Amino acid sequence: MYDYARFFQLPEAFGPVATPMSLTREDLEKIAHLARLQISAEELPAYVESLSSIIDFVEQLNGADTTDVLPMAHPLSGQTQRLRADEVTENNARELHQQNAPRVEAGLYLVPKVIE
Amino acid sequence: MSERSWETVIGLEIHAQLATRAKIFSGSPTAYGAEANTQADLVDLGYPGVLPVLNGEVVRMAVKFGLAVGAKIAPRSVFARKNYFYPDLPKGYQISQYELPVVAGGTLDIVLEDGAHKTIGITRAHLEEDAGKSLHEALPGLTGIDLNRAGTPLLEIVSEPEMRSAREAVAYMKKIHTLVRYLGICDGNMQEGSFRCDANVSVRPKGQEKFGTRAEIKNLNSFRFVEKAINYEVERQIELIESGGTVVQETRLFDVDKGETRAMRSKEEANDYRYFPDPDLLPLVIDEDYVARVRGELPELPDEKAARFSSQYGLSAYDAGVLTASRELADYYEAVVKTLDGAEPKLAANWVMGDVGGALNKEGLDITACRLGAAQLAGLLGRIIDNTISGKIAKEVFESMWSEGQDADAIIEARGLRQITDTGAIEKVIDEVMAANPKQLADYRAGKDKLFGFFVGQVMKVTQGKANPAQVNELLKRKLAPSP
Repeated sequence: MYDYARFFQLPEAFGPVATPMSLTREDLEKIAHLARLQISAEELPAYVESLSSIIDFVEQLNGADTTDVLPMAHPLSGQTQRLRADEVTENNARELHQQNAPRVEAGLYLVPKVIE
Repeated sequence: MSERSWETVIGLEIHAQLATRAKIFSGSPTAYGAEANTQADLVDLGYPGVLPVLNGEVVRMAVKFGLAVGAKIAPRSVFARKNYFYPDLPKGYQISQYELPVVAGGTLDIVLEDGAHKTIGITRAHLEEDAGKSLHEALPGLTGIDLNRAGTPLLEIVSEPEMRSAREAVAYMKKIHTLVRYLGICDGNMQEGSFRCDANVSVRPKGQEKFGTRAEIKNLNSFRFVEKAINYEVERQIELIESGGTVVQETRLFDVDKGETRAMRSKEEANDYRYFPDPDLLPLVIDEDYVARVRGELPELPDEKAARFSSQYGLSAYDAGVLTASRELADYYEAVVKTLDGAEPKLAANWVMGDVGGALNKEGLDITACRLGAAQLAGLLGRIIDNTISGKIAKEVFESMWSEGQDADAIIEARGLRQITDTGAIEKVIDEVMAANPKQLADYRAGKDKLFGFFVGQVMKVTQGKANPAQVNELLKRKLAPSP
């Protein structure tokens, strides 16, 4: 397994890594479940450690004074969403798209049953 | 405790599919009923590497709605990802709006059954994409996915929890339905799912300020189901609390066949959507000029139209409300009145609501499928107004017009239904009737006033209902009076 903990070791310029883990094992299990990722019990501690160190790294931003700074979710400040005309430009390409599907029938994509 | 000691609290989230040609973030068509997956392109299918581009018409429609409910149009709004896994959502997230919706803080006036008005707050309305459809019955052990609906634009209209009964909720939903159709932003077709709602329902002891725990009933697609589902849910919650239980916050489904709500299989972590701003879409900026232009495009709105109908045509608030329930019905009524040069607008209202409305209901049609054009109906009413036929005969003529499609004049001529207004002719009939009923005549003259109706009936019978009723009354009164 890749050594994530080492990969995310912080450069010294950022100071020492915060000692207590920001994430608990339960947090990690929940995150993995939400992302539908299967992580074994053996792998968990490494993930807890490496993800915690990422969070601690980013956590340093909370130290910056942002009193007069507007939150910015998009990096291109001043740019705004362009709008498209309400025109149909895409025609039926079902055959093409469904070549990638593991299973289709009667035009439907088939997946394992999702309700009982 | 009884039901009387509880207060119901309801908030609605209405989903209106916006009537665009193309989808909200792709160039696929939105037409209903196409063969499965023939209207889903790479963006709708969630292929990697593709980018959503916002359809400008969707923005215009949202702004129209916002202006119509007196809301604030956000100068800057942001699209966010709502993350969850379900096979009919191929990207693993729905593009929606979260912290900064395009429309915020409006109001809507509803009229309750007793005629009282109530103002319901609209918290927000935001843009989002619809998901695809899962077909669980297609094959055993499998679910079939049709992504034609994926990416269809939706306006989610969220009310304040200000409704206090199922009926108020229905009145509110109907009003929004009317409004979006007036605005031309949604076809309102509930059977096809173009207009549906989720209801948040809770109860609390009367007088208590704090809300009770709510349950959310998902996907109600008829006014009747909304009313039934809420009433069932209210009763369930009251019974639960009174028997010592507590309401849990959960999502429930309304079983149409059984008429009850039941908890959906609990989706673990279902509410942890981890919203965050969608990096694929830049902030949506709407300037004041744009808003002003859209304001200029707004049609006369239902409340404005109803007020004008009352003052211009002298209609009651109730009649004006009924006639303006849809833009098409209002247009039909006004076309009738216009053809009659504004004569007798009240008569026209009665006929449009009564006879036309009744005939449409009987066949399950709406006014756009009316068999009688406005000019044809006006033709019939014109003959009542100019005394060619009586109102009673007009009903007969109307039925023939409805079934045969002919004009009123043709039917009146062909069947000789023209009203008898010739005084001499009516007097002759009256004389015959008096001669044929000497006993009744004597009794009447001896003071049995009630027999007056008998004579009217006899005259109408002989004239096959064609004698002018006012003249018959007048002449009978004179002739029946004891000879001096």
